Amino acid sequence: MDLIQISPAQNATGKKYWRSLNELSGTRGFTDWVENEFPGGSEILDPGSRRTMLKLMAASFGLAGLVACRRPEMKIIPVSKSAEDVIPGKPALYASAFVNRGVANGIQVEVHDGRPTKVEGNPMHPNSQGAASALAQASVLSVYDPDRARTVHEGATASNWAAFDKAAASLVEGFGAGGGLRILSERTSSPTLLSVKGELLKKYPEAKWAEYDSLDGGHAIAAAEMVFGQRLQPVYHFDKADVIVSLDDDFMGEDAASIEATKQFSKKRKVSKPGEPMNRLYLVESRFSITGAMADHRLRIKSGEVLQFASDLAVEVGAKTALKVLKPGDATQKWLTAVARDLKANAGKCLVTAGPMQSAQVHALAFLINQSLGNIGSTLTFSKAIFEPAQSIGELAKEMGAGTVKTLVILGGNPAYTAPVDLGFGELIAKVPASIYLGAEMDETAAVAKWHLPMAHAMEAWGDARSTDGSATVLQPQIAPLYDGRSAIEIAAQLLDGKAKKSFAVVQGYWKSVSSAADAERIWRKGVHDGVMPGSAYSEVKVAFNAKAIPEVAAASLAGTELVFLSSNLGDGRYANNAWLQEVPESMTKLTWDNVAHISPKMARELKVETGGLVKITLGSRSLEIPALVTPGQAEGSVALQLGYGRTKVGRVGEGVGVNVGLLRTSEGWAFAQGASLVATSGSRELAITQEHHSMREPDMPGRPGELRPVVREGSLEEYKKQPRFAPEVDHAEEMFDLQGGHDYSKGYQWGMAIDLNLCIGCNACLVACNAENNIPVVGRDQIRRGREMHWIRLDRYYTGTEEDPQAVMQPLNCQQCEAAPCENVCPVAATVHSPEGLNDMAYNRCVGTRYCANNCPYKVRRFNYIDWHKNITPVGEMVHNPDVTVRMRGVMEKCTYCVQRIQEKRIAAKADPAGRRLIRDGEILTACQQTCPADAITFGNINDPASAVAKAKAEPRDYTLLKEINTKPRTSFLARLRNPNPELKA
Amino acid sequence: MAQMASTATLPVIDKPLAQEVNPSLVTGNLSYHEVTDQVCEIVEGKVHRNWYIGFAISFSIFMMMVSMLGYQLFTGVGVWGNNAPVAWAWDITNFVFWIGIGHAGTLISAVLFLFRQKWRTSINRAAEAMTLFAVACAAIYPVMHTGRPWRTYWLFPVPNLDLNMWQNFRSPLMWDVFAISTYGSVSAAFWYMGLLPDLATLRDRAAVTGDKTRALLYGVFSLGWRFSARHWTNYEKMYLLLAAISTPLVLSVHSIVSFDFATSVIPGWHTTIFPPYFVAGAVFSGFAMVQTLLLVTRWALGLENLITSKHLDNMNKIILATGMIVGYAYATEFFIAWYSANQYERFVFFNRAFGPYWWAYAIMVSCNVLSPQIFWVKSLRTNVAVTFVMSIFVNIGMWFERFVIIATSLHRDYMPSSWGYFKPTFVDICTFIGTFGFFMTMFLLFLRFIPCIALSEVKGAMAAQAHLPGHEPVKGTTPVHAGGHH
Repeated sequence: MDLIQISPAQNATGKKYWRSLNELSGTRGFTDWVENEFPGGSEILDPGSRRTMLKLMAASFGLAGLVACRRPEMKIIPVSKSAEDVIPGKPALYASAFVNRGVANGIQVEVHDGRPTKVEGNPMHPNSQGAASALAQASVLSVYDPDRARTVHEGATASNWAAFDKAAASLVEGFGAGGGLRILSERTSSPTLLSVKGELLKKYPEAKWAEYDSLDGGHAIAAAEMVFGQRLQPVYHFDKADVIVSLDDDFMGEDAASIEATKQFSKKRKVSKPGEPMNRLYLVESRFSITGAMADHRLRIKSGEVLQFASDLAVEVGAKTALKVLKPGDATQKWLTAVARDLKANAGKCLVTAGPMQSAQVHALAFLINQSLGNIGSTLTFSKAIFEPAQSIGELAKEMGAGTVKTLVILGGNPAYTAPVDLGFGELIAKVPASIYLGAEMDETAAVAKWHLPMAHAMEAWGDARSTDGSATVLQPQIAPLYDGRSAIEIAAQLLDGKAKKSFAVVQGYWKSVSSAADAERIWRKGVHDGVMPGSAYSEVKVAFNAKAIPEVAAASLAGTELVFLSSNLGDGRYANNAWLQEVPESMTKLTWDNVAHISPKMARELKVETGGLVKITLGSRSLEIPALVTPGQAEGSVALQLGYGRTKVGRVGEGVGVNVGLLRTSEGWAFAQGASLVATSGSRELAITQEHHSMREPDMPGRPGELRPVVREGSLEEYKKQPRFAPEVDHAEEMFDLQGGHDYSKGYQWGMAIDLNLCIGCNACLVACNAENNIPVVGRDQIRRGREMHWIRLDRYYTGTEEDPQAVMQPLNCQQCEAAPCENVCPVAATVHSPEGLNDMAYNRCVGTRYCANNCPYKVRRFNYIDWHKNITPVGEMVHNPDVTVRMRGVMEKCTYCVQRIQEKRIAAKADPAGRRLIRDGEILTACQQTCPADAITFGNINDPASAVAKAKAEPRDYTLLKEINTKPRTSFLARLRNPNPELKA
Repeated sequence: MAQMASTATLPVIDKPLAQEVNPSLVTGNLSYHEVTDQVCEIVEGKVHRNWYIGFAISFSIFMMMVSMLGYQLFTGVGVWGNNAPVAWAWDITNFVFWIGIGHAGTLISAVLFLFRQKWRTSINRAAEAMTLFAVACAAIYPVMHTGRPWRTYWLFPVPNLDLNMWQNFRSPLMWDVFAISTYGSVSAAFWYMGLLPDLATLRDRAAVTGDKTRALLYGVFSLGWRFSARHWTNYEKMYLLLAAISTPLVLSVHSIVSFDFATSVIPGWHTTIFPPYFVAGAVFSGFAMVQTLLLVTRWALGLENLITSKHLDNMNKIILATGMIVGYAYATEFFIAWYSANQYERFVFFNRAFGPYWWAYAIMVSCNVLSPQIFWVKSLRTNVAVTFVMSIFVNIGMWFERFVIIATSLHRDYMPSSWGYFKPTFVDICTFIGTFGFFMTMFLLFLRFIPCIALSEVKGAMAAQAHLPGHEPVKGTTPVHAGGHH
């Protein structure tokens, strides 16, 4: 039992132990020799991204040693004595939250023997209702990121917490009234952190607390302050709105609260029977977002024109009388009139929203329109803002420049990278005499701060946060900090008296302090368990509208090209070292491992540039080079740039991936900037795009115009009413006999899936959930370029309509589990065979890798391990793996299994039910993609049970299967896409 | 026994029927003895410097292939350019290419034998050797293209505790396993059978010159052949039997290879025309490869009298005929694609001709269909330089045919979202070039150690000569029984 005594230092630098000959031979010299012998190795093991990428999910062995050999810091119960309710091999679920830009998304974290492996939405949480976003799903990988900061650094030298604690104690003594103390936090709704903030500001009355969020200017709350005179949080109720007008609001995509918005939106989007109503979505935006793909009508204008549009819409609906900005006869006039008429016809049950990058004025106009249509109180309510006022980063920078800031404490957020470039924030930090940065990575801010403290992952420390409606969730840690990190709450609390704090004590202390003493323990326990603190939601606030507070809108001339700064799969850059998110294809463009300048086809022709060609963007005195991506649907004269890339210090995955477009982003043009110019430069870059811009229409060939392929079938609500079976009727295939025959699918469980294309928004949550659930490897940019991505479910995006102004549809495509599967009969070693329950099973151990099955799969859903994607994985990297799913070796084929491990788990549960052996209940098995889907687009279950949800979905008239004519009889079917166009705008 | 006895009592035919001998097949008024000398001296004489140069180059290229395959074995099949959707690319292209080349050997040795085409005798030995080496080259790919080559023995129905089950006999890849292993073994047996008399000739000549090592080695491999009438009788029967067994293989092997594609659901693969189309293509490419090899051999070894313009003429006629069959198949595919009114089928063929791989299709059509048309002219058919260039063209064209079928069908199939493009890596290219190194290494060794022209057979194509005493080259090597194949 002396294992704990093994000294980490010895383990890291002492004798080298090897476990196998392979490991021994995997020395530097050997690999070098192999590479030099065959220079082509450098192609496969690309020195920049690929090779390092292979290492990415892993920490070094030395590190592993450190992890395993820590001395216990607190008394815990050893697993050998077994904690109560812990059954070895059975995962435990802990309610927690994924905090996205300060907004809590309720999640449950699945923990296998002490390691968090998977995130699910918390069904008990009022907003997430069981769904989780792609970001939340991927957050579990960051726990095991080998590049996270591991030790305290003072300057460039490694230090330790004891040294920091000592330094902090003496610093705190010198704070006095806090005149030189400034704290810069990420935008936070954490009740505990905000209460610590309150205490700090009370103790140091001259200190200031600043907040900065790179992707949300807090304009909605500012607008509420403008028109209502108080800081209020708009709470949208998409589930009550029949007509929605979004003013540059990607509410189902990049918004922090997209999960609840999608949940609500899909309730109004769901059409079970012909003749049922459906909502109608109008969207005004510059770049093509996934919300835009869902829109029934989409108007592409520059982001800078949205303000004028909002003002005109307000006039058109009669909310105000000021002059319209649009000139009569303007192209958008017809659109505007039709939208206004539709809104007025649905007064009280419509909703106008504005995007987080739009100004407070636009938000105020949106509130005004809602007010005038009587929506406030029904589809739009207001409650107490979950964020508190704080100093802006601009003001803070001014003080720092003036030299009045003596101590700057930065609680996460990496402002040296995210702050507007004109502030020169990194240099300002370096000027502050005492700068303390709490950050998860050795990032750009860490490089300039005097003290860098490793930040604990959200799954490593206690914390809390609120959802937009105010309901608070306590974040529970699922694992002790792997790299000795502390949380923002701990550091902030330490500033109070200079003593190190434990997050548990602070968080619990806060929550017990706000409940009545008698009930405190019960409320705490229930709140932590359920994932929502009872009674924490804010109640609706009745508002009085002051329309005069909205400044008048003048016609602005938008000269030059507009640059629009957007969020990306990497958030504001904080997920740059998360390989899952780097490899998630961007929803609309299917681009991975890069960011680009999205330009319209027309602009591409004018600039004579093609996808991948470099363009030089100049804005004022600043310029940069970036590859262009010709993006259908992009507004003319507007270029969309995604933030979060081009990190210079982040780790092996994200470093040098893409271009830091933040270098063009000033305080002035923070959301979007006018007056930029673009020129094509020589040179190009091969982008890693998983799906080219193929539409469902075949390309024209000499002598043959391309025909439309009935892949995604789409009709209007009206057509559906008239001709309910419009989707399956496309197939005129006769009943065919089955050459293979032999399977009887009439008995027992027969698993099937139905995907409602009308609900799918293409948000990638399913894809990342599948990554985590099924241990899907990351392959890296170079391999994506070679077409070897491994995702078991892909989201096919097809454009319809014109190249300039298309509509788009999404189609999640996983293994179709064909009853007469073409892959099965071609496998020489019977490695892919049919189960009696209709699953197309893969026996990985039997597969020799002929890839014949992949060729013969008409849906192209099979994925092959061309090389060993897990080659350099080490024990810490392995910890993220789901132990219920095999990790596949190189040379074998893999594909979606309908989460067969989950089917088995529930089968065992049903057989071993304490109440007696029973059948698996409908809805009991949730596939990973289905469980996380915020739109509830996926249903799964036993198709032999006519009462099951999936059988009902398949019985809907718009249910169809893909490629019926080749008689594969897929178990996955699709419910056709519907649109609800405004008849006025149809022509 | 009775039969043998009756055969043994047959008089020696020393004057074959005149109409059976075409004087253009062996020119230079050679005697049997001179033929024997000329061919055997290639094996017995001093090795020419050029052989060493050729061997050094070939062997180096072969070793490059070995190192490429080693690299692949240790890294994974991902060193090739294969991807999704093009999961088969150069690997299976090269496999089908090499298997196709092998076909000429079997056709020449078996089918032409059964059809009593005398002109085959000068070229059948080399063509059969080519078959074996081509099959060996081809066999590299089904093994090495798999993700786990160390498990490919699972494709054979041998008892093993790893898999512990039967293979999937519904899979065309299983049919391939049987078709190719049968083909390889029958071809090897056929070739070796035909070699016995010539090996014995070499043995006896070595015995006379006193080279004991050679005598022993050739003695062992000639399996005690003594040129007795009884041996000849058994030999003739066996040869006939093997020819009869091989003949259906000419048709079946490439038919079954084509099933890999024809039984799939992929547009461009799923076609009933494939078996005859593939067989014709195989014969087409095989004859081209025979031409390429023999023209070099003929020039290098001075065998102009044994491989004459008549042989070129005949082979070029076959190339012309099979080339047109192949061209007809291309046209039929297009017609059926249009006639089927199936949009996927139509698209695939338009995409072949005009899509991203149009250049491959253009090379295929110009090499396989257009260029062989020059062989309508007799003077071009018998022109060595023209024939050589054409044979290279056909080889290129037929390689592209397989590439076009495999890659263009896969790269754009049903789901436009999954369309992709295949680009070979340098490992793809070097491995393929390396197979030529292996092929040439084997062929050069063959030229060095085995009579490259079937002595006993070629004499059957010559006018019978009297066995003049003293002209007996070596005791016991009576070149009797000329023309005894019937």
